[in-house]
Amino acid sequence: MNIVVCVKQVPETAEADLKIAAGGKGIVEEGLALQINESDNYALEEALLITEEHDGDITIMTLGHESSEEVLRMSMAKGAGTAVRVADPAFDGGDAIATATALAAALKDVEYDLVLTGCMASDDGATQVGVALAELLDIPHATYVTEVEVGSGEVTVGRELEGGLIEKLTIKLPCVLGIQTGINEPRYASIMGIARASKREIELKSAGDMGLDASSVGAAGSGTVLEELTFPPVGEGADILEGTPSEASGKLADILKEKGFV
Amino acid sequence: MNEILVLAEHRGGELRDVTFEMLGKAGALAGASGGAVTALLLGAGVRDMASRLTSYADEVLVVDHGNLTDFNSAVYQPVIAEVVKSREPSLVMVGHTAFGVDLAPSLAVALGLPLASDCIDVVLDGGAVSVTRQIYGGKVDARLSFRDSATALVTVRAAAFPVEDGARSGSVTELDTPVSDEPAFRRFVQYVEAAIGDVDITKSDVIIAVGRGIKEEENLALVEELAGLLGGVVGCSRPVVDAGWLPKDRQVGSSGKTVKPKLYVAIGISGQFQHMSGMKAAETIVAINKDPKAPIFSEADYGIVGDLFKIVPALKEKIAEARA
Ligand SMILES: Cc1cc2nc3c(=O)[nH]c(=O)nc-3n(C[C@@H](O)[C@H](O)[C@H](O)COP(=O)(O)OP(=O)(O)OC[C@H]3O[C@@H](n4cnc5c(N)ncnc54)[C@H](O)[C@@H]3O)c2cc1C
Ligand SMILES: Cc1cc2nc3c(=O)[nH]c(=O)nc-3n(C[C@H](O)[C@H](O)[C@H](O)COP(=O)(O)OP(=O)(O)OC[C@H]3O[C@@H](n4cnc5c(N)ncnc54)[C@H](O)[C@@H]3O)c2cc1C
Repeated sequence: MNIVVCVKQVPETAEADLKIAAGGKGIVEEGLALQINESDNYALEEALLITEEHDGDITIMTLGHESSEEVLRMSMAKGAGTAVRVADPAFDGGDAIATATALAAALKDVEYDLVLTGCMASDDGATQVGVALAELLDIPHATYVTEVEVGSGEVTVGRELEGGLIEKLTIKLPCVLGIQTGINEPRYASIMGIARASKREIELKSAGDMGLDASSVGAAGSGTVLEELTFPPVGEGADILEGTPSEASGKLADILKEKGFV
Repeated sequence: MNEILVLAEHRGGELRDVTFEMLGKAGALAGASGGAVTALLLGAGVRDMASRLTSYADEVLVVDHGNLTDFNSAVYQPVIAEVVKSREPSLVMVGHTAFGVDLAPSLAVALGLPLASDCIDVVLDGGAVSVTRQIYGGKVDARLSFRDSATALVTVRAAAFPVEDGARSGSVTELDTPVSDEPAFRRFVQYVEAAIGDVDITKSDVIIAVGRGIKEEENLALVEELAGLLGGVVGCSRPVVDAGWLPKDRQVGSSGKTVKPKLYVAIGISGQFQHMSGMKAAETIVAINKDPKAPIFSEADYGIVGDLFKIVPALKEKIAEARA
């Protein structure tokens, strides 16, 4: 069972104070910690678990700038055998379908039974790349997957719908599955693994290498155009209770008492 | 003429709220642009649903077929593609739901349409569509336009628009678009309901909810004590369940429980929409978060900005004092 896992490097932004860059089309990335996208980490773990049980190799693939090689190396440290970085200035500014187009081209000369992606990138949050990739490869797909059971020539998966309802499906291999968080317990890379992975080679694929016309990818190949980033309008918002932890807590306790909760 | 085509979503024989939210928005857009609202309904035995939709659309297109009973994007997608191709609407709206995300990207690729997903606003200016969507967990809004394409495809976030009373009186058109059998490559097996645990948080008047900010499983004791003091139960965001620190039945949000307690205290929760959609109907919402720009503060009634490990212990003391 050979598996390709598509991963994206994303900035950690939940706790960061974000600034919109001049020009209004991106954020200031300086100073933000970069990491593997959360659901992609679960996708990688799922691939490791499947290949441990059913043999096979893992190819880890990203479309990104040089910094994203860190994510590929960390994945190799955990057990991915091959790493590919799809890299070309022509890919810059692409939307999700343009990104999927480049990834699909990179998969043309890779042998795989299964492609795993995360279900959503935590930065741009398109929730598109995996499903679009499947359509481009002309193979079946399922996304929001929280259970995978490998059968012969097919997988049985559970998709998580609203309210936690699970939809069970059987899907023929090869297919693309968009993995949701919580499906497994991602492992940490060992120090030894990290040391070994630091010396491993990463294959680079440019648009030209894959026979892709630059006009079909990146900003030029995108059907959507990013116009402007803004901070969400601050509505009424919360009444912020000021002061030291003790003072603010005192105010909150008073409010809760007044409302009859204490 | 501008046609706005809305894909009706239903489950278990019920039209889902997002359908009416999209139709309401489509109606407003059509009103401003002189266009028409069309609902597209696929399913088996959906006559009642179709007639209900006539109050919200000028025309309800129905493909009624036994193979469309349960949603399967492999069966639905070619049918929808056929309808979109023949009608060339200027805008197609699909819910950004578990159903929509499994369908829309493949529809976009199959038809070569541009797709903007998880939109919280849609604007029609002349013939040009532009949308607003949120990025970085709701901390930044992005406005996107579409490169020239006769049809723009968008997925729309649930609860982004209100449900309004339908004031139209549309007609129903039965389509005879061919429907394939369920393909061998993707077969529906069954639905499995979420397991029922020992605590039903939806029944509690007070929920103390904790998120990734709690850092370690051991720290949960802190919020359990606070919940005890206020006579409430502990709920949580998804990452806390993913980490195995609390059972799934404590998760609040789109893939967990929808709750409407009298008091909801969100501790170390950023407030991404998948979480907020499950708790924003709470009567009083309190947020404790060290990031003053956390989206949760936009939904909360009261907020304390600071380190939960300092605030929660202080709050426990103050509540004990207030009680004395
Ligand atoms: C300068 C700039 C300009 C941009 N302009 C536009 C624009 O004009 N229009 C627009 O729509 N978007 C634009 N974007 C955002 C766009 O590049 C998104 O990253 C792209 O749409 C992919 O969507 P997503 O990352 O949200 O992936 P999702 O669809 O949410 O990702 C799902 C899964 O797909 C896989 N995946 C996603 N991206 C990659 C990747 N790069 N490599 C490997 N696997 C991946 C991962 O497994 C991920 O979990 C721009 C971004 C930048 C930085
Ligand atoms: C299909 C789908 C369904 C989903 N369904 C759900 C769902 O049902 N429910 C749900 O919750 N999520 C759901 N999610 C996940 C959701 O997108 C977010 O990832 C999640 O809600 C984030 O949880 P969080 O706020 O706890 O973590 P984060 O976003 O990481 O936020 C942590 C917060 O803690 C704060 N913090 C950190 N340390 C401290 C401290 N010491 N003191 C005070 N504050 C601190 C930070 O400032 C930050 O705001 C879903 C995602 C997808 C794709």
